[in-house]
Amino acid sequence: MALDLRQNKYADVPWEEKERLFEEVKSDMRFHHALYGCYECGVCVAACPSARFYDFSPRVIAQAVAREDVDLVYTLMNDSIWDCSQCFSCDRCPRHNSPGMLITIMREVAVRNGLETAREALEGYGRIIYKIMSTGTQVSPDMLQPNAFPDWGPHVHHISENLEVWRRALPPETLHTTETGWAVSDKTIIELYLIWHMTGVMDMIEEVDEGLHMILVDVMEERLEEEGYDVSF
Amino acid sequence: MIPLPVVKKASERDFRLPENPPTEDYHEALDELEKDGEIIVQRVPEPYIEVKTKYGRTKKIPIGKTWHHKSCGQCGHIPGYSTSIFWLNRQLGLDYIDPKDQTSCTAWNYYASATSNSAAQAAVAIRNFAAAYETGYYPLIHCGTSFGHYKEVRQALIHYPELRAQVRKILEKLGKPLVIPEEIVHYSEWVYAMRDRIAERQVIDMSHITATVHPACHYHKLIEEDAIYTPEIYGAQRTAIITGVLQELGVNVADYSTWFDCCGFGFRHILVSRDFSRSFAVQRKIEVMKEEANPDIVVTHDTGCVTTLDQSQFAAKAHGKKVGIPVLSDSQMAALAMGAHPYLVLQMHWHNTDNRPFLEKLGIDPDEKWREFEAAVERLKSGEQLYLTWDDVEAPVAAK
Repeated sequence: MALDLRQNKYADVPWEEKERLFEEVKSDMRFHHALYGCYECGVCVAACPSARFYDFSPRVIAQAVAREDVDLVYTLMNDSIWDCSQCFSCDRCPRHNSPGMLITIMREVAVRNGLETAREALEGYGRIIYKIMSTGTQVSPDMLQPNAFPDWGPHVHHISENLEVWRRALPPETLHTTETGWAVSDKTIIELYLIWHMTGVMDMIEEVDEGLHMILVDVMEERLEEEGYDVSF
Repeated sequence: MIPLPVVKKASERDFRLPENPPTEDYHEALDELEKDGEIIVQRVPEPYIEVKTKYGRTKKIPIGKTWHHKSCGQCGHIPGYSTSIFWLNRQLGLDYIDPKDQTSCTAWNYYASATSNSAAQAAVAIRNFAAAYETGYYPLIHCGTSFGHYKEVRQALIHYPELRAQVRKILEKLGKPLVIPEEIVHYSEWVYAMRDRIAERQVIDMSHITATVHPACHYHKLIEEDAIYTPEIYGAQRTAIITGVLQELGVNVADYSTWFDCCGFGFRHILVSRDFSRSFAVQRKIEVMKEEANPDIVVTHDTGCVTTLDQSQFAAKAHGKKVGIPVLSDSQMAALAMGAHPYLVLQMHWHNTDNRPFLEKLGIDPDEKWREFEAAVERLKSGEQLYLTWDDVEAPVAAK
């Protein structure tokens, strides 16, 4: 879908709300290291993979933020930032801007504030969040199922059929797992849960996926309780 | 054609380092923080190999005593990638740890979904660094994104005292120190630094092989400072990683015009919006390589790049696209050159694009090797063995 920068698609959202979110973006400690001004040279766009396949421009992001165009920043925060590939090719900016980092910050604000577009962007992604937060590894062998990767062809079917024995055929003993990328010790998982607890990450999850939040809380609280931690998320 | 004497080919350009590097020297910043008692700097163990980074600074690459910070994408879906790294270490007689006290860096999720924040990301990174420090072994980062992200974390911790305070408090609760390694080292830097020793043990001739190289974005673009460059390779206008190793192995490295482009991985895209990843990988990378260089193999050095460039080719065949180039990591290529088994070590059956013609071109019979793999698997199925171990796969390789 074409990104409409002329119309104010979000006219019904109070300007004060848009400004509040923009101020949240600007208050991130990394903000001033991500934006120093913009020549409009377009080097970032030339290097950007998403700009080739979407109506997306890292230059527009940098410009809108630099001009403090509150309406446009809100539009981009809803309709553009999730197209970014986060490759940071745009870091070759001659002004040392990082549009990719600006987008990281904008995405965080979108998630933290539960924007509907952030929820939509993350639809279907919940199982990945569950995996990384609950097990400490993001990609597991048992994710290789034909229905999840139909475009990768029959070899995915072949792997999933032989998964258990092929994992046992791996010489490093940490790799015999099927539900996690490698064997992670219990102590390590507990430490990871404590990090999630102490940094407010679970509150972010709740904003974009209440169901996932409930499942994760159940898993983590039970495990922490077993280890003697009285922690509630 | 209009002669333009001032425009030289990359290979003819003079290499000049900038008088004043445009980036800060993180070594100095880390030393200052250590002097102030704010952090512990884990030093690269001796012996190490010195290499030069983008702006001419020296970086130390450990040889042994390494703590392997594994990659979830490699271990999960292309396990021969990590297995080859371990195999190389073992063949070279080096001491290492493959830890269970390690989590993913969680950066793939962060770049995909933003369901995290600076404090959590930094705490996860430092928890892993502290786990390595406690063992006395030095972290070697397998994943390009972990490498790039940890450089971001290092930069943030250097510049934002409030983040340091927050992370220190978290680490105290975990009973761990705030440790930052002297160098953040990617495994491909280790392969590069060890390339002469690898070449000494090469048993498979690769001089008739043409390869194209894809350098990973999060290696050389995300915090560009500490990626390896040398005037001998593309006049130091591109990172020396991968290319230096392949040249040492006698491989013909062919150039192509879209070398700077990313692979199309996209983090969230490869999982939930794969039409973009497929289109980009095929149209901007594989087809261009095929057209301009017609390589036997694509070699890269990151999890997402191997996955995207390899897996995207299947669906593209249905559209009559010019695809069909197998994809391997530099660690797999190095192991193959040293005589590693293509299935027991490289685990090439987890890869998608047909790699049998490539093996045949190297004089390796894929049918015979597959039969050997199946025989080993049969021992597992019959209960004769529970797991394959290094003893089952580690054929000794003679040095030259």
